[in-house]
Amino acid sequence: MLEIKDLHVQFHTSDHEAVRGIDLTVRDGEILGLVGESGSGKTVTAMMIAGLLGEDRARISGQILLDGTDLLHAGGKELRRRQGKDIGVVFQDPMSAMNPVMRIGPQVEESLRVHTRLSKEQRRTMALQALEDVELEDVEAVYRKYPHELSGGMLQRVMIAAAIISGPRLLLADEPTTALDVTIQAQILELLRRLNRQRQMSVLFISHNLQVVRKLCSRVAVMEQGRIVEQGQTDQVFFHPQQPYTQRLIAAIPTRRKIHG
Amino acid sequence: MKERNGYLWVGITITCIMTILALVGLFWTPYDPSAMDSMQVYLPPSLAHLFGTDNFGRDVFSRAMKGLATTYVVSLGTVALGAGVGILVGALTGYFGGAVDRVLMRINDAVSAFPSILLALVIISLLDFGKYNVILALGVAFIPSYARVVRSEFARHRDMNYVIAARLMGAGHGRIMFSHILPNTRAVVVPALIIGINNAVLAESSLSYLGIGVRSPDVSLGYMLSESQNYMGSAPWYVLCTGGCIVLLILGLGLLGEGLQQKRR
Repeated sequence: MLEIKDLHVQFHTSDHEAVRGIDLTVRDGEILGLVGESGSGKTVTAMMIAGLLGEDRARISGQILLDGTDLLHAGGKELRRRQGKDIGVVFQDPMSAMNPVMRIGPQVEESLRVHTRLSKEQRRTMALQALEDVELEDVEAVYRKYPHELSGGMLQRVMIAAAIISGPRLLLADEPTTALDVTIQAQILELLRRLNRQRQMSVLFISHNLQVVRKLCSRVAVMEQGRIVEQGQTDQVFFHPQQPYTQRLIAAIPTRRKIHG
Repeated sequence: MKERNGYLWVGITITCIMTILALVGLFWTPYDPSAMDSMQVYLPPSLAHLFGTDNFGRDVFSRAMKGLATTYVVSLGTVALGAGVGILVGALTGYFGGAVDRVLMRINDAVSAFPSILLALVIISLLDFGKYNVILALGVAFIPSYARVVRSEFARHRDMNYVIAARLMGAGHGRIMFSHILPNTRAVVVPALIIGINNAVLAESSLSYLGIGVRSPDVSLGYMLSESQNYMGSAPWYVLCTGGCIVLLILGLGLLGEGLQQKRR
């Protein structure tokens, strides 16, 4: 459903490319992990898909196709329609991604307000449903709260609710669990997996945490210095890494044996 | 936030008293503020005439109430105009940056290069006297300061994550500017509004004192102050009470603004 073809991105402020010709396909209903160290170009790739980078900040070439429509060459309106409706985005730090002076409810409804003509009541019903879908309790109360009244884990659930409310076909999750502690992290991953299954929603999961990716994703792509050096089924990549870079990454995962051994 | 904020409460108290006096003054005063009585000139303050009477035997307290109301109308009007346009200009320049920013802010600089009283003087001499023209003149002079404050706030918020998130969900520029960012600037804008009202009171008083502000039969505190100085020897209470009203008004609003800023920290 999402197809990236020969994407190059070079920031105007830099003299080398941040993304150097990547080809990547996200299939219907799969969870694809995109891993790599800091600066490998994962986030730039995500920003490109989300439409956050334009010609004003970087030199861009290649294609990003969503169901055959090229997002890079679609005009502003087309892109606006895609954003939020077909692609939902979840950020790393939920606290900073919420508007501090707006109540939770309106923020969850934001994309409905923009993309649909539903009445206030209908939007509210859908927002409450979305908050329930992300397994929050007492959603009526959450709906009326301000972001600072919720914990980080709850806020990340709220962010996910806001991202899925208009039924996107692709969820772009850029390090969604990095800012959370480990138990909450596991819950959020479980939630993503369930949403993926129930809604047949593809997920592009970006992370530097290989263990998390291994647990969650069906396929993995490994990025290094702006290139995708290896991609394939998760087990394939983890048990039989072909590239030296992937081998080094996997060898760097701490295991119980190494700690005691 | 439990600790007592002395500035805020004293400010609110004084401002409330002055506001009530002004509101009542719009509809009712103890005496007709323009009724002259040749038998009652230069009466010192008493229970019958709280602030005494002036050279025409008019009740100074009634006139002060009326003047307070005019001063309020003019100051609020000035701030509404100045802040309204200023916020719009600041939002556009701060949010979009680039060419919009350069053009609008240079115009802004040009306007703010004139001392506000001088600018108001020019506009009034082009338009004529009267309180509505005073509002217009001072309002224009007040635009740049708001534009500047709001611009820097918008520039700061423009690339914050919550704004990016809203943009990703497909919110348009207008919606992002006024529904998402503007409410976040209130901690800076609200004190600026209070200080603005304060400055407007002073500016209106200065203009009326100089004789280019409101004109009879309207009275304002500044207008009364300029009248009263001629009778400083024979009716010192006139100038003291009028000046005292201005001081209290400014003090109340000043403390209120200061209190609000402290609350923010």
